[in-house]
Amino acid sequence: MAKEFDIPVLPTYLEIPELKEGIMDGEGPFKSVQEFQNPLGFPGEKVDNWQQVAIDKMGELKSKYRSVQVFLDSCVKCGACTDKCHYFLGSSDPKNMPVARQDLFRSVYRRHFTFAGKYFPKLVGAKELDDDMLDDWYNYFHQCSQCRRCSVFCPYGIDTAEISMAAREVLDAVGIGQKYCNQILGKALTIGNNLGLPEPALRDTLLDLEEEIEEETGGVAVKYPLDQKGAEILLITPSADFFAEPHIDGLIGYGKVFHQDGVSWTLSSYASEGANFGMFIGSYDVMRKAALRIRKAALDLEVSRVMVGECGHAWRVAYSFWNTLSGAGAGATDEFAQKLQDQLDHRYPQPQHIIEYTHDLIQRGKLSFDKSANDDRIVTFHDSCNVARATNMGGIPSGQFILPRDVIKAVCNNYVDMERSTIKEATFCCGGGGGLLTDDLMEIRVKGAMPRMQALKAVERDNGVNTLAAICAICKSQFSKVLPKFDFDPYMIVSVHQLVSEAIIMDKPQTAVQKDEPQTDTDDVTSTETAET
Amino acid sequence: MSVISIFFTALFYISLIVFLVGMARKIHQFWITPAPLKIPTAPTPLTQTGVVMRMMREVVLFESLFKANKWIWLFGWLFHFGLLLVLIRHIRYFWPGDLPDIFLLTQPFKYAAFAMVIGLVGLMLRRIFVERIRYISAPSDHLMLIMLLIIGVSGAVMTFTSNHTDIIMVKEFASGLVSFNWANLPTEVHFLVHIFLVFVLMAVFPISKLLHVPGIFFSPTLNQVDDARSKRHISPWALKQEQEHATRLEQTLGKDE
Repeated sequence: MAKEFDIPVLPTYLEIPELKEGIMDGEGPFKSVQEFQNPLGFPGEKVDNWQQVAIDKMGELKSKYRSVQVFLDSCVKCGACTDKCHYFLGSSDPKNMPVARQDLFRSVYRRHFTFAGKYFPKLVGAKELDDDMLDDWYNYFHQCSQCRRCSVFCPYGIDTAEISMAAREVLDAVGIGQKYCNQILGKALTIGNNLGLPEPALRDTLLDLEEEIEEETGGVAVKYPLDQKGAEILLITPSADFFAEPHIDGLIGYGKVFHQDGVSWTLSSYASEGANFGMFIGSYDVMRKAALRIRKAALDLEVSRVMVGECGHAWRVAYSFWNTLSGAGAGATDEFAQKLQDQLDHRYPQPQHIIEYTHDLIQRGKLSFDKSANDDRIVTFHDSCNVARATNMGGIPSGQFILPRDVIKAVCNNYVDMERSTIKEATFCCGGGGGLLTDDLMEIRVKGAMPRMQALKAVERDNGVNTLAAICAICKSQFSKVLPKFDFDPYMIVSVHQLVSEAIIMDKPQTAVQKDEPQTDTDDVTSTETAET
Repeated sequence: MSVISIFFTALFYISLIVFLVGMARKIHQFWITPAPLKIPTAPTPLTQTGVVMRMMREVVLFESLFKANKWIWLFGWLFHFGLLLVLIRHIRYFWPGDLPDIFLLTQPFKYAAFAMVIGLVGLMLRRIFVERIRYISAPSDHLMLIMLLIIGVSGAVMTFTSNHTDIIMVKEFASGLVSFNWANLPTEVHFLVHIFLVFVLMAVFPISKLLHVPGIFFSPTLNQVDDARSKRHISPWALKQEQEHATRLEQTLGKDE
């Protein structure tokens, strides 16, 4: 099925590759079909007058999105972004340079919408949207994980993700959709999660998890409530947390933290998905639809707080977009948004990230840890692109870098950061984001992982790092797949809340109080005998 | 007035009108196009003051470019800074009558021409010799640099070599353009080339990549405050859609609840 390709060799120092034109040419990911296209309001196959439809759509998008209009006009081709994309660094294909990727779109924009492009196309590099160009769009705009690393380095802040989203929206409008994203969206918008996991199956999964934890902790009854009306917190987490490794260990961690805090919380079977692939396909409407499901769940369950689990783009959508899409924060005017406003407890940020929550509990000394439980680990943290470049945590500048590291350091004794130019706002994407986490894109996924793997190899070699922690479901899945290809242990990727889970000291039930509790480290956390409720 | 003077006088006004009208239309277009989502790029400012500071750093120091590539930053910044000083010094030609004393201080700015030319040469060499930058360059990208370089060099030639032009005449011509008191202009070739290309540059401004000048101020990734949780950000079209329940998906995926 998948074509053979060479795994990139990890260099000692990351170098800018020589251009290999056309090396990533191809069909692109599997194309969507009618059954997945129509529910989202897209044509089932390539429409007859596709060129006209595409140009009209471009015109509509540039009039609706300032980003698209300004970014198309402002680029000066300075080259600052050319060596910043992990897919370019890993594949050497020049069309994977951010500016060249944008130019696939920009050249058509110039041809149809600008004076210079209409009358002097050759001079300004304007091109017609023909079959070849459309194929290039489909192929190369699905080799962009919308990670926005290029945007950090652009003197005008030009964000290839915005162009990539616009291009995918145009492709969908002419009936050429990507199967992976659109099939998943169909499930998320009808069943309520990307897996298509119905309520009974979800309930079973959670029951199994409860039993497992009870056994593992020697009788602590950590609960995973589903659809529990009147709970304080609604947890919205990526559905990968319910079944995939290492995600599920993170879910165990959340449960333990909730349990120790003594707070009431619930999941929703109607909106059991934090991920919102509407962002990947660039569709405001689809993205909004998914956000409205969550609003409805919050209203139906009468919760006073909405919290988001470890998921990168879910946190971007929640933190940056929910308030716009569904009025989940403040200032919305429609009746449901206002109802939610009245219902939510505004002493807390809405929505809140699980890391913010755990961090706050640690700060207030409400959790106690045995850090030695993680002494076999030397941990490094992978800043997931959407969290790092498109959100904040804790309401402090750069909090999205500080809080997760604080949490890790509170539960582990050995922590090392990767090289500065590969973390925080300059973090390298895992290679699987933006709707690329599908086996038909394995080649670009592996090649795109190379820069992150190179930085990881360096800390493995120099500091003995054996654990890579992340707070994004896509990163976790992607790393599980690509780590072994670069001779790493596939199990070295963990959820941050898995580290929390290993170290947290659970209150034993009153019937089975154990006198010989292990001695805890009380460096930076005060242990409390009983959880305050 | 000589024919050539009439030609250049007319060309100036045509270029100026094209520039002003074109830029006004483009800025208006940027202005009325909504930014429907909060998309600031890290490191994000959490306050409006922070945004102002960030824009200042980007516009004055080219902060992101500095992070990206020291060579492009060095040449780009040298060129822009040199250009700024040279432009300030050019006010003397357009100022009708005697100059205020303050302009005496701008005399040394003439040396900024070297910074400008060095910057342009550096950018040009990179565009030609760095493979990946050559790959992304269209003919117009090379032309733009060549045009600026000819403008810079012809100006420097008039200032620093014995090929001076009649500066009094230049002053009369240029200030005459401003005060509609038109005069003849000197006819040395390098001077004519210099101003011709400047007028061309003005005219192509609104239809070229020079739009990065207003563009940067409208860039949502740079100019947005990171306060999405506490303040609702919504575009007019999205609000209208919300009020009319006009999401197309309703036909297929049920009504908003």
